[in-house]
Amino acid sequence: MKLAGFLLLLAGWGIVLCAVAWLPSAGVRSGFVLAGLGVEVLGLVLAVRSHLVPHGERG
Amino acid sequence: MNSQFVPALSETGTALSIACIFLVPLCGAGLALINTGLGRSRSAAHSMLASLCVIAVAALMYFACGFAWQGFAGRPAHVITVSGKAWNWIAVEPFFLRGLQLDGSPASLAVCLQMLSVGLAAMIPLGSGSDRWRLPAICASTALLAGFTYPLYAHWVWGGGWLAQLGPHYGLGRGFLDAGGGSSIQAVGGLTALAIAWIVGPRRGKYSPDGMPTAIPGHNAVLVLLGCALALVGWLGLNSAGAILFAGVAPTAAVLIGVNTVLSASVAALAALMITRMRFGKPDASLVANGWVSGLVASSAACPWITPAAALFIGLVAGVVVTFSIELFEVHLKVDDPGGAISVHAVAGIWGVLALGVCAHFQAPGQWLAQLVGVATLLGFVLPLTYGLNWLLDRFLAQRAPFDGESLGMDVYELGATAYPEFVTHTEDFIPR
Repeated sequence: MKLAGFLLLLAGWGIVLCAVAWLPSAGVRSGFVLAGLGVEVLGLVLAVRSHLVPHGERG
Repeated sequence: MNSQFVPALSETGTALSIACIFLVPLCGAGLALINTGLGRSRSAAHSMLASLCVIAVAALMYFACGFAWQGFAGRPAHVITVSGKAWNWIAVEPFFLRGLQLDGSPASLAVCLQMLSVGLAAMIPLGSGSDRWRLPAICASTALLAGFTYPLYAHWVWGGGWLAQLGPHYGLGRGFLDAGGGSSIQAVGGLTALAIAWIVGPRRGKYSPDGMPTAIPGHNAVLVLLGCALALVGWLGLNSAGAILFAGVAPTAAVLIGVNTVLSASVAALAALMITRMRFGKPDASLVANGWVSGLVASSAACPWITPAAALFIGLVAGVVVTFSIELFEVHLKVDDPGGAISVHAVAGIWGVLALGVCAHFQAPGQWLAQLVGVATLLGFVLPLTYGLNWLLDRFLAQRAPFDGESLGMDVYELGATAYPEFVTHTEDFIPR
Protein backbone atom coordinates (compact mmCIF):
# COMPACT_ATOMS: atom_id res chain seq x y z
CA MET A 1 0.00 0.00 0.00
CA LYS A 2 2.90 2.32 0.80
CA LEU A 3 4.49 1.81 -2.61
CA ALA A 4 1.13 2.25 -4.33
CA GLY A 5 0.64 5.52 -2.47
CA PHE A 6 3.96 6.94 -3.56
CA LEU A 7 3.46 5.72 -7.12
CA LEU A 8 0.09 7.49 -7.19
CA LEU A 9 1.78 10.67 -5.97
CA LEU A 10 4.25 10.45 -8.84
CA ALA A 11 1.49 9.56 -11.31
CA GLY A 12 -0.53 12.58 -10.24
CA TRP A 13 2.48 14.81 -10.79
CA GLY A 14 2.94 13.23 -14.21
CA ILE A 15 -0.64 14.12 -15.11
CA VAL A 16 -0.04 17.71 -14.01
CA LEU A 17 3.15 17.95 -16.09
CA CYS A 18 1.48 16.48 -19.16
CA ALA A 19 -1.47 18.84 -18.80
CA VAL A 20 0.81 21.86 -18.63
CA ALA A 21 2.99 20.73 -21.52
CA TRP A 22 0.46 19.42 -24.00
CA LEU A 23 -2.98 20.88 -23.37
CA PRO A 24 -3.43 24.24 -25.06
CA SER A 25 -6.89 25.18 -23.77
CA ALA A 26 -6.87 26.91 -20.40
CA GLY A 27 -10.07 25.23 -19.23
CA VAL A 28 -9.03 21.70 -20.11
CA ARG A 29 -5.56 22.29 -18.72
CA SER A 30 -6.99 23.50 -15.42
CA GLY A 31 -9.24 20.45 -15.27
CA PHE A 32 -6.39 18.04 -15.80
CA VAL A 33 -4.16 19.83 -13.31
CA LEU A 34 -6.94 19.48 -10.74
CA ALA A 35 -7.38 15.84 -11.72
CA GLY A 36 -3.65 15.29 -11.23
CA LEU A 37 -3.87 16.86 -7.81
CA GLY A 38 -6.82 14.59 -7.05
CA VAL A 39 -4.68 11.57 -7.89
CA GLU A 40 -1.96 12.95 -5.62
CA VAL A 41 -4.47 13.30 -2.80
CA LEU A 42 -5.43 9.64 -3.29
CA GLY A 43 -1.76 8.72 -3.15
CA LEU A 44 -1.31 10.76 0.00
CA VAL A 45 -4.27 9.01 1.62
CA LEU A 46 -2.76 5.61 0.77
CA ALA A 47 0.66 6.66 2.06
CA VAL A 48 -0.88 7.93 5.30
CA ARG A 49 -2.94 4.77 5.76
CA SER A 50 0.09 2.57 5.19
CA HIS A 51 1.83 4.36 8.04
CA LEU A 52 -1.18 4.04 10.36
CA VAL A 53 -0.23 0.42 10.97
CA PRO A 54 1.10 0.56 14.52
CA HIS A 55 4.86 0.63 14.67
CA GLY A 56 4.57 -1.00 18.06
CA GLU A 57 7.18 -0.03 20.54
CA ARG A 58 10.14 0.12 18.18
CA GLY A 59 13.66 0.45 19.41
CA MET B 1 21.87 25.01 -22.17
CA ASN B 2 19.80 27.99 -21.23
CA SER B 3 20.69 31.53 -20.43
CA GLN B 4 18.49 34.40 -19.27
CA PHE B 5 19.44 37.99 -18.69
CA VAL B 6 19.17 39.12 -15.09
CA PRO B 7 19.60 42.82 -14.28
CA ALA B 8 22.22 43.78 -11.72
CA LEU B 9 21.19 45.08 -8.30
CA SER B 10 21.56 48.72 -7.36
CA GLU B 11 24.03 49.58 -4.59
CA THR B 12 21.12 50.06 -2.21
CA GLY B 13 19.68 46.70 -3.20
CA THR B 14 23.02 45.00 -2.69
CA ALA B 15 23.58 46.60 0.72
CA LEU B 16 20.07 45.80 1.90
CA SER B 17 20.33 42.24 0.61
CA ILE B 18 23.56 41.69 2.52
CA ALA B 19 22.07 43.13 5.71
CA CYS B 20 18.97 40.95 5.36
CA ILE B 21 20.99 37.82 4.56
CA PHE B 22 22.98 38.26 7.75
CA LEU B 23 19.73 38.21 9.74
CA VAL B 24 18.73 34.80 8.36
CA PRO B 25 20.76 32.76 10.91
CA LEU B 26 18.33 34.08 13.52
CA CYS B 27 15.63 31.97 11.84
CA GLY B 28 17.81 28.95 12.50
CA ALA B 29 18.52 30.02 16.06
CA GLY B 30 14.80 30.46 16.63
CA LEU B 31 13.92 27.07 15.17
CA ALA B 32 16.67 25.39 17.20
CA LEU B 33 15.29 26.85 20.43
CA ILE B 34 11.73 25.96 19.50
CA ASN B 35 12.63 22.36 18.63
CA THR B 36 14.67 22.01 21.80
CA GLY B 37 12.04 23.52 24.05
CA LEU B 38 9.30 21.34 22.60
CA GLY B 39 11.38 18.19 23.12
CA ARG B 40 12.29 16.36 26.32
CA SER B 41 14.87 17.73 28.76
CA ARG B 42 16.95 14.57 28.39
CA SER B 43 17.48 15.31 24.69
CA ALA B 44 17.98 19.07 24.91
CA ALA B 45 21.75 19.23 24.35
CA HIS B 46 21.42 16.68 21.55
CA SER B 47 18.79 18.83 19.88
CA MET B 48 20.92 21.98 19.99
CA LEU B 49 24.04 20.15 18.85
CA ALA B 50 22.06 18.53 16.04
CA SER B 51 20.93 21.99 14.92
CA LEU B 52 24.53 23.19 14.73
CA CYS B 53 25.58 20.04 12.87
CA VAL B 54 22.71 20.47 10.43
CA ILE B 55 23.72 24.06 9.66
CA ALA B 56 27.33 22.96 9.17
CA VAL B 57 26.60 19.94 6.99
CA ALA B 58 24.04 21.84 4.93
CA ALA B 59 26.43 24.72 4.26
CA LEU B 60 29.24 22.37 3.27
CA MET B 61 27.02 20.30 0.99
CA TYR B 62 25.58 23.40 -0.61
CA PHE B 63 29.11 24.69 -1.19
CA ALA B 64 30.25 21.34 -2.59
CA CYS B 65 27.39 20.50 -4.92
CA GLY B 66 24.15 22.27 -3.95
CA PHE B 67 24.74 25.41 -5.94
CA ALA B 68 25.94 23.31 -8.87
CA TRP B 69 22.41 21.86 -9.15
CA GLN B 70 20.51 24.99 -8.13
CA GLY B 71 22.31 27.69 -10.06
CA PHE B 72 20.79 31.11 -10.57
CA ALA B 73 18.50 32.64 -13.18
CA GLY B 74 20.51 33.67 -16.20
CA ARG B 75 23.30 31.15 -15.65
CA PRO B 76 23.85 27.87 -17.53
CA ALA B 77 21.34 25.08 -17.10
CA HIS B 78 20.16 21.88 -18.78
CA VAL B 79 17.09 22.36 -20.92
CA ILE B 80 14.87 19.86 -22.68
CA THR B 81 12.38 20.93 -25.30
CA VAL B 82 8.77 19.75 -25.05
CA SER B 83 6.33 20.81 -27.79
CA GLY B 84 8.64 23.61 -28.78
CA LYS B 85 8.93 25.00 -25.25
CA ALA B 86 12.11 24.92 -23.20
CA TRP B 87 11.94 23.10 -19.85
CA ASN B 88 14.83 24.13 -17.66
CA TRP B 89 15.47 21.16 -15.35
CA ILE B 90 18.75 21.54 -13.57
CA ALA B 91 21.68 23.92 -13.39
CA VAL B 92 25.13 23.00 -14.65
CA GLU B 93 27.40 25.06 -12.44
CA PRO B 94 30.85 23.74 -11.49
CA PHE B 95 31.13 22.04 -8.09
CA PHE B 96 32.67 23.90 -5.11
CA LEU B 97 31.52 27.29 -6.47
CA ARG B 98 34.42 27.28 -8.94
CA GLY B 99 34.17 30.10 -11.42
CA LEU B 100 31.74 32.16 -9.32
CA GLN B 101 32.99 35.57 -8.26
CA LEU B 102 31.86 36.26 -4.69
CA ASP B 103 31.78 39.96 -5.35
CA GLY B 104 28.28 41.12 -4.48
CA SER B 105 26.72 40.10 -7.77
CA PRO B 106 23.14 38.78 -7.53
CA ALA B 107 24.36 35.20 -8.04
CA SER B 108 26.94 35.51 -5.28
CA LEU B 109 24.38 37.02 -2.92
CA ALA B 110 22.04 34.16 -3.75
CA VAL B 111 24.77 31.67 -2.83
CA CYS B 112 25.28 33.42 0.50
CA LEU B 113 21.56 33.41 1.25
CA GLN B 114 21.09 29.82 0.13
CA MET B 115 23.97 28.47 2.21
CA LEU B 116 22.03 29.74 5.22
CA SER B 117 18.49 28.95 4.13
CA VAL B 118 19.32 25.38 3.11
CA GLY B 119 20.36 24.86 6.72
CA LEU B 120 17.05 26.31 7.81
CA ALA B 121 15.17 23.84 5.59
CA ALA B 122 17.24 20.97 6.94
CA MET B 123 16.57 21.98 10.56
CA ILE B 124 12.82 21.61 10.13
CA PRO B 125 12.84 17.78 10.28
CA LEU B 126 14.63 17.99 13.64
CA GLY B 127 11.29 19.05 15.07
CA SER B 128 9.50 15.91 13.93
CA GLY B 129 12.34 13.50 14.71
CA SER B 130 13.31 14.86 18.09
CA ASP B 131 14.02 12.54 21.04
CA ARG B 132 14.77 9.53 18.81
CA TRP B 133 16.61 10.57 15.62
CA ARG B 134 20.30 9.65 15.73
CA LEU B 135 22.96 12.27 15.10
CA PRO B 136 24.84 10.38 12.34
CA ALA B 137 21.56 9.83 10.52
CA ILE B 138 20.64 13.49 10.99
CA CYS B 139 23.89 14.54 9.32
CA ALA B 140 23.50 12.05 6.47
CA SER B 141 19.87 13.02 5.88
CA THR B 142 20.86 16.68 5.89
CA ALA B 143 23.52 15.96 3.28
CA LEU B 144 20.89 14.40 1.01
CA LEU B 145 18.52 17.32 1.48
CA ALA B 146 21.10 20.06 1.07
CA GLY B 147 23.04 18.30 -1.65
CA PHE B 148 20.20 17.31 -3.92
CA THR B 149 16.51 17.61 -2.95
CA TYR B 150 16.54 21.25 -1.95
CA PRO B 151 18.77 22.55 -4.79
CA LEU B 152 16.72 20.75 -7.41
CA TYR B 153 13.39 22.20 -6.32
CA ALA B 154 14.94 25.59 -5.58
CA HIS B 155 16.34 25.64 -9.12
CA TRP B 156 12.88 25.14 -10.52
CA VAL B 157 11.53 28.01 -8.42
CA TRP B 158 14.45 30.44 -8.09
CA GLY B 159 17.06 29.35 -10.59
CA GLY B 160 15.10 30.13 -13.74
CA GLY B 161 13.69 26.59 -13.79
CA TRP B 162 10.54 25.32 -15.45
CA LEU B 163 8.21 26.34 -12.60
CA ALA B 164 9.43 29.93 -12.81
CA GLN B 165 8.93 29.85 -16.58
CA LEU B 166 5.31 28.69 -16.50
CA GLY B 167 4.31 32.30 -17.08
CA PRO B 168 6.31 33.22 -20.19
CA HIS B 169 6.02 29.75 -21.74
CA TYR B 170 2.47 28.70 -20.92
CA GLY B 171 0.70 31.91 -19.98
CA LEU B 172 0.21 30.91 -16.35
CA GLY B 173 0.36 34.33 -14.70
CA ARG B 174 3.94 35.32 -13.90
CA GLY B 175 4.95 31.70 -13.46
CA PHE B 176 5.26 30.01 -10.08
CA LEU B 177 6.07 32.68 -7.50
CA ASP B 178 7.61 32.30 -4.08
CA ALA B 179 9.53 35.26 -2.71
CA GLY B 180 10.68 34.10 0.71
CA GLY B 181 10.81 30.34 0.39
CA GLY B 182 7.33 29.23 1.49
CA SER B 183 7.69 26.27 -0.86
CA SER B 184 11.40 25.78 -1.46
CA ILE B 185 12.49 26.19 2.16
CA GLN B 186 9.44 25.62 4.36
CA ALA B 187 7.37 23.08 2.46
CA VAL B 188 10.42 21.08 1.33
CA GLY B 189 11.64 20.99 4.94
CA GLY B 190 8.13 20.23 6.24
CA LEU B 191 7.59 17.35 3.83
CA THR B 192 10.99 15.96 4.78
CA ALA B 193 9.85 16.24 8.39
CA LEU B 194 6.83 14.09 7.49
CA ALA B 195 9.08 11.52 5.81
CA ILE B 196 11.34 11.40 8.87
CA ALA B 197 8.40 11.08 11.26
CA TRP B 198 7.09 8.16 9.22
CA ILE B 199 10.48 6.46 8.98
CA VAL B 200 11.55 6.75 12.61
CA GLY B 201 8.06 6.12 13.98
CA PRO B 202 6.56 7.52 17.17
CA ARG B 203 8.43 7.86 20.46
CA ARG B 204 8.12 4.97 22.89
CA GLY B 205 5.01 5.45 24.95
CA LYS B 206 3.52 8.09 22.67
CA TYR B 207 0.63 5.84 21.70
CA SER B 208 -1.12 3.39 23.95
CA PRO B 209 -1.80 -0.10 22.59
CA ASP B 210 -5.26 1.04 21.54
CA GLY B 211 -3.76 3.92 19.54
CA MET B 212 -4.57 6.80 21.87
CA PRO B 213 -1.84 9.46 22.00
CA THR B 214 -0.19 10.36 25.30
CA ALA B 215 0.65 14.00 25.92
CA ILE B 216 4.42 14.49 26.14
CA PRO B 217 4.75 18.22 26.83
CA GLY B 218 7.79 20.21 25.83
CA HIS B 219 10.30 20.73 28.62
CA ASN B 220 10.91 24.50 28.35
CA ALA B 221 8.27 26.98 27.18
CA VAL B 222 10.68 29.89 27.69
CA LEU B 223 13.06 28.52 25.07
CA VAL B 224 10.16 28.02 22.70
CA LEU B 225 8.84 31.55 23.06
CA LEU B 226 12.30 33.11 22.88
CA GLY B 227 12.78 31.11 19.69
CA CYS B 228 9.61 32.68 18.27
CA ALA B 229 10.96 36.18 18.92
CA LEU B 230 14.30 35.38 17.27
CA ALA B 231 12.54 33.74 14.35
CA LEU B 232 10.62 36.95 13.64
CA VAL B 233 13.84 38.91 13.17
CA GLY B 234 15.28 36.21 10.97
CA TRP B 235 12.14 35.97 8.90
CA LEU B 236 12.14 39.70 8.21
CA GLY B 237 15.59 39.23 6.70
CA LEU B 238 14.72 36.01 4.89
CA ASN B 239 11.57 37.37 3.25
CA SER B 240 13.21 40.64 2.27
CA ALA B 241 16.41 39.10 0.90
CA GLY B 242 14.49 36.44 -1.01
CA ALA B 243 12.11 38.97 -2.52
CA ILE B 244 14.92 41.27 -3.65
CA LEU B 245 17.17 38.53 -5.03
CA PHE B 246 14.69 36.04 -6.45
CA ALA B 247 11.56 38.05 -7.16
CA GLY B 248 13.32 41.16 -8.38
CA VAL B 249 11.31 43.58 -6.23
CA ALA B 250 12.70 47.01 -5.43
CA PRO B 251 14.59 47.38 -2.12
CA THR B 252 11.90 49.80 -0.96
CA ALA B 253 9.44 46.89 -0.96
CA ALA B 254 11.20 45.69 2.20
CA VAL B 255 8.88 48.00 4.13
CA LEU B 256 5.77 46.27 2.80
CA ILE B 257 7.41 42.89 3.32
CA GLY B 258 8.19 43.74 6.94
CA VAL B 259 4.67 44.93 7.65
CA ASN B 260 3.12 41.87 6.02
CA THR B 261 5.43 39.45 7.83
CA VAL B 262 4.72 40.95 11.24
CA LEU B 263 0.96 41.15 10.64
CA SER B 264 0.74 37.57 9.43
CA ALA B 265 2.66 36.21 12.43
CA SER B 266 0.73 38.35 14.89
CA VAL B 267 -2.72 37.39 13.74
CA ALA B 268 -1.74 33.72 13.43
CA ALA B 269 -0.46 33.67 17.02
CA LEU B 270 -3.57 35.41 18.34
CA ALA B 271 -5.81 33.07 16.38
CA ALA B 272 -4.04 30.07 17.92
CA LEU B 273 -4.30 31.72 21.34
CA MET B 274 -8.04 32.29 20.98
CA ILE B 275 -8.69 28.80 19.71
CA THR B 276 -6.74 27.10 22.48
CA ARG B 277 -8.36 29.41 25.03
CA MET B 278 -11.81 28.46 23.78
CA ARG B 279 -11.08 24.75 23.51
CA PHE B 280 -8.97 24.13 26.60
CA GLY B 281 -9.96 27.00 28.87
CA LYS B 282 -6.44 28.48 28.86
CA PRO B 283 -4.02 29.44 26.10
CA ASP B 284 -1.56 26.72 25.16
CA ALA B 285 1.95 28.20 24.90
CA SER B 286 3.32 25.58 22.53
CA LEU B 287 0.37 25.84 20.13
CA VAL B 288 0.52 29.64 20.22
CA ALA B 289 4.23 29.42 19.40
CA ASN B 290 3.42 27.08 16.53
CA GLY B 291 0.74 29.53 15.39
CA TRP B 292 3.27 32.37 15.43
CA VAL B 293 5.75 30.46 13.30
CA SER B 294 3.00 29.28 10.96
CA GLY B 295 2.13 32.93 10.34
CA LEU B 296 5.75 33.66 9.49
CA VAL B 297 5.88 30.64 7.19
CA ALA B 298 2.61 31.48 5.46
CA SER B 299 3.78 35.03 4.82
CA SER B 300 6.95 33.96 3.03
CA ALA B 301 5.69 33.16 -0.44
CA ALA B 302 3.48 36.17 -1.05
CA CYS B 303 4.93 38.93 1.15
CA PRO B 304 5.93 41.44 -1.56
CA TRP B 305 2.76 41.03 -3.65
CA ILE B 306 -0.05 41.31 -1.12
CA THR B 307 -1.69 44.10 0.81
CA PRO B 308 -1.53 44.16 4.63
CA ALA B 309 -5.20 43.15 4.70
CA ALA B 310 -4.38 40.05 2.67
CA ALA B 311 -1.46 39.31 5.01
CA LEU B 312 -3.91 39.40 7.92
CA PHE B 313 -6.17 36.95 6.12
CA ILE B 314 -3.28 34.62 5.26
CA GLY B 315 -1.98 34.68 8.83
CA LEU B 316 -5.44 34.15 10.30
CA VAL B 317 -6.07 31.07 8.20
CA ALA B 318 -2.57 29.75 8.95
CA GLY B 319 -3.06 30.13 12.70
CA VAL B 320 -6.43 28.40 12.65
CA VAL B 321 -5.47 25.61 10.26
CA VAL B 322 -2.19 24.77 12.01
CA THR B 323 -3.87 24.46 15.39
CA PHE B 324 -6.20 21.78 14.06
CA SER B 325 -3.62 20.26 11.75
CA ILE B 326 -1.30 19.47 14.67
CA GLU B 327 -4.14 17.61 16.35
CA LEU B 328 -5.05 15.83 13.11
CA PHE B 329 -1.52 14.52 12.66
CA GLU B 330 -1.09 13.51 16.29
CA VAL B 331 -4.47 12.01 17.09
CA HIS B 332 -5.88 10.73 13.82
CA LEU B 333 -2.91 10.12 11.55
CA LYS B 334 -0.67 8.77 14.35
CA VAL B 335 2.27 10.91 13.31
CA ASP B 336 4.41 11.79 16.33
CA ASP B 337 5.73 15.26 15.52
CA PRO B 338 6.91 16.80 18.82
CA GLY B 339 7.76 20.16 17.26
CA GLY B 340 4.68 20.43 15.04
CA ALA B 341 7.09 20.82 12.13
CA ILE B 342 4.86 19.18 9.54
CA SER B 343 1.88 21.39 10.22
CA VAL B 344 3.85 24.58 10.77
CA HIS B 345 6.17 24.30 7.80
CA ALA B 346 4.52 22.00 5.24
CA VAL B 347 0.85 22.86 5.77
CA ALA B 348 1.34 26.58 6.38
CA GLY B 349 3.97 26.81 3.64
CA ILE B 350 1.64 25.24 1.09
CA TRP B 351 -1.20 27.46 2.26
CA GLY B 352 0.96 30.55 1.76
CA VAL B 353 1.89 29.45 -1.76
CA LEU B 354 -1.73 28.83 -2.70
CA ALA B 355 -2.88 32.06 -1.09
CA LEU B 356 -0.57 34.01 -3.37
CA GLY B 357 -2.58 32.74 -6.32
CA VAL B 358 -5.75 34.39 -5.09
CA CYS B 359 -4.53 37.27 -2.90
CA ALA B 360 -1.82 38.85 -5.08
CA HIS B 361 -2.50 42.52 -5.81
CA PHE B 362 -1.43 42.22 -9.45
CA GLN B 363 -3.69 40.91 -12.20
CA ALA B 364 -2.21 37.86 -13.91
CA PRO B 365 -4.63 35.29 -15.32
CA GLY B 366 -3.56 31.76 -14.53
CA GLN B 367 -1.46 32.68 -11.50
CA TRP B 368 -3.51 30.38 -9.27
CA LEU B 369 -2.87 27.51 -11.69
CA ALA B 370 0.88 28.15 -11.62
CA GLN B 371 0.79 28.04 -7.82
CA LEU B 372 -1.22 24.82 -7.98
CA VAL B 373 1.39 23.24 -10.27
CA GLY B 374 4.08 24.19 -7.76
CA VAL B 375 2.14 22.55 -4.93
CA ALA B 376 1.50 19.46 -7.08
CA THR B 377 5.27 19.26 -7.60
CA LEU B 378 5.88 19.43 -3.87
CA LEU B 379 3.44 16.63 -3.13
CA GLY B 380 4.01 14.53 -6.23
CA PHE B 381 7.76 14.83 -6.60
CA VAL B 382 9.46 16.24 -3.50
CA LEU B 383 7.63 14.05 -0.96
CA PRO B 384 8.33 10.73 -2.77
CA LEU B 385 11.91 11.83 -3.45
CA THR B 386 12.72 12.85 0.11
CA TYR B 387 10.92 9.82 1.54
CA GLY B 388 12.72 7.48 -0.86
CA LEU B 389 16.14 8.94 -0.11
CA ASN B 390 15.61 8.77 3.64
CA TRP B 391 14.14 5.26 3.40
CA LEU B 392 17.23 4.14 1.49
CA LEU B 393 19.46 5.85 4.02
CA ASP B 394 17.66 3.98 6.80
CA ARG B 395 18.63 0.68 5.13
CA PHE B 396 22.32 1.52 5.52
CA LEU B 397 22.35 3.73 8.60
CA ALA B 398 19.63 3.23 11.21
CA GLN B 399 17.88 6.54 11.68
CA ARG B 400 16.17 5.72 14.95
CA ALA B 401 17.94 5.36 18.25
CA PRO B 402 17.62 1.94 19.91
CA PHE B 403 15.68 1.25 23.09
CA ASP B 404 18.45 2.48 25.45
CA GLY B 405 18.82 5.70 23.51
CA GLU B 406 15.27 6.72 24.17
CA SER B 407 15.26 5.45 27.74
CA LEU B 408 18.46 7.23 28.70
CA GLY B 409 17.70 10.26 26.58
CA MET B 410 19.66 11.23 23.50
CA ASP B 411 21.95 13.46 25.56
CA VAL B 412 23.43 10.64 27.61
CA TYR B 413 23.17 8.04 24.84
CA GLU B 414 24.91 9.99 22.11
CA LEU B 415 26.76 12.77 23.92
CA GLY B 416 27.57 11.17 27.26
CA ALA B 417 26.33 14.14 29.28
CA THR B 418 23.07 15.89 29.95
CA ALA B 419 22.08 19.45 29.13
CA TYR B 420 21.04 20.13 32.73
CA PRO B 421 23.46 18.23 34.99
CA GLU B 422 22.03 19.77 38.16
CA PHE B 423 18.65 18.23 37.45
CA VAL B 424 18.83 14.49 37.79
CA THR B 425 15.17 13.51 37.78
CA HIS B 426 15.12 11.45 34.60
CA THR B 427 11.89 9.69 35.34
CA GLU B 428 10.03 7.33 33.07
CA ASP B 429 6.82 9.26 33.69
CA PHE B 430 5.65 8.98 30.14
CA ILE B 431 6.57 5.37 29.56
CA PRO B 432 3.89 2.80 30.46
CA ARG B 433 5.29 0.41 33.05
